[in-house]
Amino acid sequence: MINFGYTRAATIGEAIQAVAGDPQARFIAGGTNLVDLMKYGVERPGRLVDITRLPLKHMEDTPGGGLKIGALVPNSDLAYDARVERDYPLLSSAILAGASAQLRNAATTGGNLLQRTRCYYFYDAAAPCNKREPGSGCSAIGGVTRVHAILGASSSCIATHPSDMCVALAALGATVHVEGPDGARTVAFEDFHRLPGDAPEKDNTLAHGEMVTAIELPAPRFGSNHSYLKLRDRLSYAFALVSVAAAVELDGDRIAEARVALGGVAHKPWRVPEAEALLKGETPSPDAFGKAADRLLEGAVGQGENDFKIELARRAVIRALSQAAAGTPQVQSNKIVN
Amino acid sequence: MSNVHPYVGRAEPRVDGALKVTGRAKYAAEFRADDMVYAAAVPATIAKGRIVALDLSRALSAPGVLDILTHENRPEIPESDEPYLNDMVAVPGSPFRPLKDDRIVYGGQAIALVIADTHENARHAASLVAAEYEAETPVVDVAAARGEAYDTFEPRDGIPPPPPPRGDAEAAFEGSAIRLRHDYRVAPEHHNPMEMMATTVVWEGEGRLTIHTKTQGVINPKNYICAVFGLDPDKVIVNSPFVGGAFGMALRPHYDLMLATMAALKLERSVRLVLTRAQMYTMGWRPDTLQTVALSASADGALTSISHHAVQATSRYEDYQEPTVNWSGLLYDCPNVSLKYELAKIDTATPSDMRAPGATLGVYALEAAMDELSYELGIDPLELRLKNYAERDGNDDKPFSSKELKAAYAQGAERFGWSKRSPEPRSMRDGKELVGLGMATGCWEAMMQPHSASATLSADGRLEVACGTADIGTGTYTILSQIAADEFGLDIGDVTARVGDTTLPMAPVEGGSWGAASAGNAVRAACKALKEDLLKHARGLDGSPLSNAAIDHVAFANGRIALGSDESQSVSFADAVRASGQAAVSAKADFAPDEDFSKKFAAYTHSAVFAEVKVDEELGVIRVTRVVSAIAAGKILNLATARSQILGGVVMGIGMALHEETLWDKRLGRVVNANLGEYHVPAHADIQNIDVIFVEEDDKANPLGVKGLGEIGIVGAAAAIANAVFHATGRRVRDLPITIEKLL
Repeated sequence: MINFGYTRAATIGEAIQAVAGDPQARFIAGGTNLVDLMKYGVERPGRLVDITRLPLKHMEDTPGGGLKIGALVPNSDLAYDARVERDYPLLSSAILAGASAQLRNAATTGGNLLQRTRCYYFYDAAAPCNKREPGSGCSAIGGVTRVHAILGASSSCIATHPSDMCVALAALGATVHVEGPDGARTVAFEDFHRLPGDAPEKDNTLAHGEMVTAIELPAPRFGSNHSYLKLRDRLSYAFALVSVAAAVELDGDRIAEARVALGGVAHKPWRVPEAEALLKGETPSPDAFGKAADRLLEGAVGQGENDFKIELARRAVIRALSQAAAGTPQVQSNKIVN
Repeated sequence: MSNVHPYVGRAEPRVDGALKVTGRAKYAAEFRADDMVYAAAVPATIAKGRIVALDLSRALSAPGVLDILTHENRPEIPESDEPYLNDMVAVPGSPFRPLKDDRIVYGGQAIALVIADTHENARHAASLVAAEYEAETPVVDVAAARGEAYDTFEPRDGIPPPPPPRGDAEAAFEGSAIRLRHDYRVAPEHHNPMEMMATTVVWEGEGRLTIHTKTQGVINPKNYICAVFGLDPDKVIVNSPFVGGAFGMALRPHYDLMLATMAALKLERSVRLVLTRAQMYTMGWRPDTLQTVALSASADGALTSISHHAVQATSRYEDYQEPTVNWSGLLYDCPNVSLKYELAKIDTATPSDMRAPGATLGVYALEAAMDELSYELGIDPLELRLKNYAERDGNDDKPFSSKELKAAYAQGAERFGWSKRSPEPRSMRDGKELVGLGMATGCWEAMMQPHSASATLSADGRLEVACGTADIGTGTYTILSQIAADEFGLDIGDVTARVGDTTLPMAPVEGGSWGAASAGNAVRAACKALKEDLLKHARGLDGSPLSNAAIDHVAFANGRIALGSDESQSVSFADAVRASGQAAVSAKADFAPDEDFSKKFAAYTHSAVFAEVKVDEELGVIRVTRVVSAIAAGKILNLATARSQILGGVVMGIGMALHEETLWDKRLGRVVNANLGEYHVPAHADIQNIDVIFVEEDDKANPLGVKGLGEIGIVGAAAAIANAVFHATGRRVRDLPITIEKLL
């Protein structure tokens, strides 16, 4: 680990100023990913600006009936918050599908959005990686690709975004509140993360010095018609090979609205409105879900070792939508897939 | 207190448990010395080739850096292989030595050692060492090298080569109506103990060193270091009281030991080197192995032939071997057996023993093939094993010293509910999940090694027993304390066991499951010798009530030596010790396996493993919901620590069946998942009900009747699970681990 400067910010403005004015500075909150990456020599910040004492730890109801979650709310507190369990159980479930209890205690809401990929080659400082070292090349292509992207990848990068929570936030249509040197703004969740294109070093659309201050959820919908289904290499504490956040709103026996987002398959949570639109007015059925899955996976390409993810994702989408439509969401503490 | 005896045979809590959970048990990286400095190893970023140039300038100017050792500037080390072969677990070949020259023979090989004032500064400076290489293309999978497989290697000491063929397996195979031949592969694995390899060398002055290093036997690093650096054995102590898991990886000296010692000798000060988790994948591993098993049988299920062929990876520089195929010659009664074992060289570090080396792989392949045969025959898998039950070891044509495998089958099947299994694959369901029940047999050799031990009784009534063996987390401290407490009728709290120090009576490395039988019997013998001495002193007391008593006529209990015929006639331990004129009475004894016995009998432990899996077929999700492991391993000294060993073995078997795989990038020649996040060992959620049964087994190979059980728990476990997956799904996956895509 390199030597680095450390300051603790007293106000949001002070934190933003400290980072914005120093290209080598980074915010640190829970540090569950950043500190690891520093030990691996992947992240080499000159200065860390500690934001853990900023007043961003509260949750508040919004006038529109939604919920605004401070960026420093720990993942565990968020998952077990009574309002979240009642109104946004999909979010609670997705958080509990990820990491371990200890990590969730330390990790923050804002930090969860900013997790970096778990691509093996990104972590291997001796291997070329466009995300770590722009222009150096992609070692993953042609290498061990079993865990890599099947959607939205580029010839520069086939990494995936590792978060579970973000998949649920994408499905729920969250909004990200951001503050930076030029003031505050909001970003629709689907516009927060980006595809790698020819600039995979940029995971998201934040400018240097901008800070996530809150996540806002719209008014609750979907009741118990949701599910977060995560498939992985062991039953706990592994990143998703494929995960699905699904939610449906039923009108009688027909689907009024559906939401489906995929994790583990792309550089960002993968959501295709056209695929969701296909379900409008349909009766829940494997066939209808299959058509939506096909649309969601349109253009999916494997790298060889991860070709199976395309079929696995299709099956997982059908299952998760079935669970959602039946009102029997996947339970995270019990590993039986219902 | 006599009502607590015997301790042996009970579920006695670990005597070192409190030390461990309170952090007072010291591991190799926790010893400190005044003025100690810290080292960090720099890994090569190529897997094959040579170092053309090293640039140390940035690293040398980094804060706190004291020195950097490389192949260019290191102190003189011996050229010949001879000194490095002072490793009782060495294998044929030329042992690896770090910083030898400019050659890179595997990915991650240490190319430099940075020494600095703090661990952090050393780590940072290590990242600043720049190397220029001339790289060659590495080969890191055995499949790519199998064309050059060979069996002309010099046999490894202690590892029997496959026995010569018996009968004519090929002809019997061709002549049998029921036959099958399949290829099996098990992915390469690493041991992944919690504790990293680490060495703290304490510079004691005047050429004296105390070395704390992670090891499965202190004598091995001592012999090695003294030979390599030409040190006087009287001036070197190796001390390693606690080991945080090893599973075989700490049998041989690794590069942390040599580099830390080299640095200490050069700087003439204390040095600590702790390897990183990633560097734990730059040494011994369970070798990548390709196997072919052919079985044939008559229609009634009697085996007519067994052929088993394995090609196993080894390094370029050594011929590592393990007994992979031999099990197929002794597990079943079969007249025609052909076994073949070959090596293939690849560009990795030399593989190493890993929990039940050879058996874990070979018995998996045999037991998977036996399962396949049972379906071909339409015979219940357990029935097929019983039909071909071996009463003699067919490899050596000897009877077994004891073999209660039939009882293990019966008790395991009963506990598991095997009779409720419907034979057809895909015939059992629970909700959306397919249910599968599978079983397999396990086998491991019951070995012993010469060990010495001492026993010392002080006037205050405390007993200390000592042996230079290791407790690698298995419970050695506890069982030695139990044995000694029983011998003297003492409360276990009045007994101290000491292991892991070269000043203690001699023991070899702790491996092969021989620790309990060997160290246990040595401690027992030392206690018996001490009792004789004490009685002699007690008899010599003025007016001793024991003046004419022979050892067979007295009992040691309640802190006294008493006549068996009249308990009121006794001498206290304290008086007996005082009569010696010393503060304590000490005796030493040697234990060695009975060679006549082992000439007459084959000694093995056995297991019957039953597994239930539930499979979501559509999504490829497998849950191992129940395992019953019934073990026949002689006398069980401690039901709690023994059960833990079997549980650990089964968990590791679940990992082998479903999760574990070391992934090398074939172009870079490096392990890409060198961490516990991406190398998947089972998590708690993967482990449900594991039930352990110890069947009664009376064995006469040693006085305690102990066979050892550190390894038997893993053997057969993966096969039972893979067989259960077939029963659930009708899909036979012949390459482990069975990951999701293999069931889609």
